[in-house]
Amino acid sequence: MPLVKIRDLHFYRGNRAIFDGVNIDIHRGKITAIMGPSGTGKTTLLRLIGGQLHPDKGTIEVDGQNVHTLSHSELYELRKRMGMLFQSGALLTDINVFDNVAFPIREHTKLPETMVRDLVLMKLQSVGLRCARNLMASELSGGMARRVALARAVTLDPMMIMYDEPFTGQDPISMGTLVNLIHRMNDAMGLTSVIVSHDVAETAEIADYIYLLSGGKVIEKGSPVQLKRSSSQWVQQFMQGLPDGPVPFHYPGTDFSDDLLNGEVSA
Amino acid sequence: MRQSKSTEITVGMFVAAGLVALFVLAMKVSNFTDFTDETGYQVVAEFENIGGLKVRSPVTMAGVRVGRVAAIDLSPTTYNAHVTLNLYGSFDTIPTDTAASIYTAGLLGEQYIGLEAGAEEEFLKDGDVIELTQPALVLEQVIGQFLFSKAEGE
Amino acid sequence: MIDTIRSLGRWGLGVFERLGRGHLLLLEILRGVPELFLRFSLVIQQLSSVGVHSVLIILISGLFVGMVLGLQGYNTLVDFGAEESLGVLVALSLVRELGPVVSALLFAGRAGSALTAEIGLMKSTEQLSGMEMMAVDPVRRVLAPRFLAGFISMPLLAAIFSAVGIFGGFLVGHGLLGVDDGAFWSQMQAKTDWYEDVLNGVIKSIVFGFVVTWIALFEGYDATPTSEGVGRATTRTVVHSAFAILGLDFVLTALMFGDV
Repeated sequence: MPLVKIRDLHFYRGNRAIFDGVNIDIHRGKITAIMGPSGTGKTTLLRLIGGQLHPDKGTIEVDGQNVHTLSHSELYELRKRMGMLFQSGALLTDINVFDNVAFPIREHTKLPETMVRDLVLMKLQSVGLRCARNLMASELSGGMARRVALARAVTLDPMMIMYDEPFTGQDPISMGTLVNLIHRMNDAMGLTSVIVSHDVAETAEIADYIYLLSGGKVIEKGSPVQLKRSSSQWVQQFMQGLPDGPVPFHYPGTDFSDDLLNGEVSA
Repeated sequence: MRQSKSTEITVGMFVAAGLVALFVLAMKVSNFTDFTDETGYQVVAEFENIGGLKVRSPVTMAGVRVGRVAAIDLSPTTYNAHVTLNLYGSFDTIPTDTAASIYTAGLLGEQYIGLEAGAEEEFLKDGDVIELTQPALVLEQVIGQFLFSKAEGE
Repeated sequence: MIDTIRSLGRWGLGVFERLGRGHLLLLEILRGVPELFLRFSLVIQQLSSVGVHSVLIILISGLFVGMVLGLQGYNTLVDFGAEESLGVLVALSLVRELGPVVSALLFAGRAGSALTAEIGLMKSTEQLSGMEMMAVDPVRRVLAPRFLAGFISMPLLAAIFSAVGIFGGFLVGHGLLGVDDGAFWSQMQAKTDWYEDVLNGVIKSIVFGFVVTWIALFEGYDATPTSEGVGRATTRTVVHSAFAILGLDFVLTALMFGDV
């Protein structure tokens, strides 16, 4: 049975359909990637799974529980077993790295301070930032902030982690570090990972299964190898980053020569 | 979340300063001290006219405050003002034939009740009635009387 | 024409929707307050940033307001030969009105805007969402302690303001203008009622503290999560707080000092 089961998901923002009947299964222990062009609501999907947004139609089940029928306290219990890595890291800016990683432990447990320290140092060691523990969040680079956020997301040993655009805006080195970390964390801790991204190469490298979303629907799904062999022109354009194809280069409108010759002059 | 000692100290100082300010307002600025003397006894006086007397107006004797006005009602039978005075417990030797008058502090000041001690050996106690009263001077009446007598004299 | 009416209607609906959201948020905050007594260190932290950081501006403003009251009051009272009543005038104006109102306005400008900016920034940097996903309710963890801190700070600040103001009035009245100090204090004591004046002033400041902190937190929590949106929310906090303080002041004054 999949860990996350999304069935017939509809979600509207205003009159615009962000999701228009989406079915997704996320299997335990695997890295599942959700990919698609900008503006397809990938982040929205993560927020729907986390229960921060409500679908207009359809169900989302996490570990057999329907996220949107849970009571406030049940939802918070469920969230203790989910981690989420925000694009910005979402670290608390008024405390340092150590306190940030210690935050969920101190909030949810009554462990003695010495044990908190050991736990935090272990988690920081695993992302390679043990010696940066006294820095403030504002002193970290983007990649470091994401690593701290990753350490924080796994402090309570969750069953799954959701990554929101983990590779965006990273230099090649920190990109490599993150790819490696996500892969290692998933295998070492027996996590289930969901990655939302449009960085094709990096995501395809570690994902076990990929869903391609566009226009509120699942366009294609399969392993990275299957997708690369897909016969769909759209999938080929997206996977290879071609400038023109089914998604046109030009913003739709009138013909160019027509516009030059007969277009009205404004002002 | 742990916090530094200095935070706790400054917060402590802030709360203390606020409470001290409240204390100063109570003790130094207002008449809060009067309330410590709340134990007392009540006597009643009937006045023909109380002018601008109000509940909590002072009651004095030889200029010393000995109590406050506790309540003002209208007597349904005599149509006089029925004033209850709260006298402080420490002034328990006020003779029963004491007279009560309503005065004005200064020309425009507020009105208060002045007591003039009588000569009886017995003292007022809770529930007693002060028989001798003199109503407040109402400025219009005084002026009217003055003009009237002036006209008569001519 | 129809368009004007329609936009007016849309505006009205928007206002009511915001009012509703504000009240729901308040309800949730209040629900989070009881458990704060088990973790009072959270409140202490906020008392420091909400209360302590406002003390300086309160002290200085209070002193000057009191001194100005002393000067102006003296000039008027001396015409009636009643300069002995200066103490009464200064004390009553401060304790009944200026203390609670001016300190609440200053509080809105100093602490309220800072609260809105802080919460708005936490929202725009996804810190609040992040907390939610860590199964920590931001309303209880972030908003409720700040609310309680504002609620506690305001009456203390107003009391400090009034006390310092009266001292400022005394400095000017006695030191500069030569009003007899005995008369200054004794007249003040005789005419200022603990219950009627001081306590009512304190009640006013408690109400203002409640409302200003509520507005500040709501504006921050409801802000559009961009730097522009946070900026606009901060401005709104100050403006709406000022309206609320002055309007409520009228209502409270009418209830308290209107003929009983």
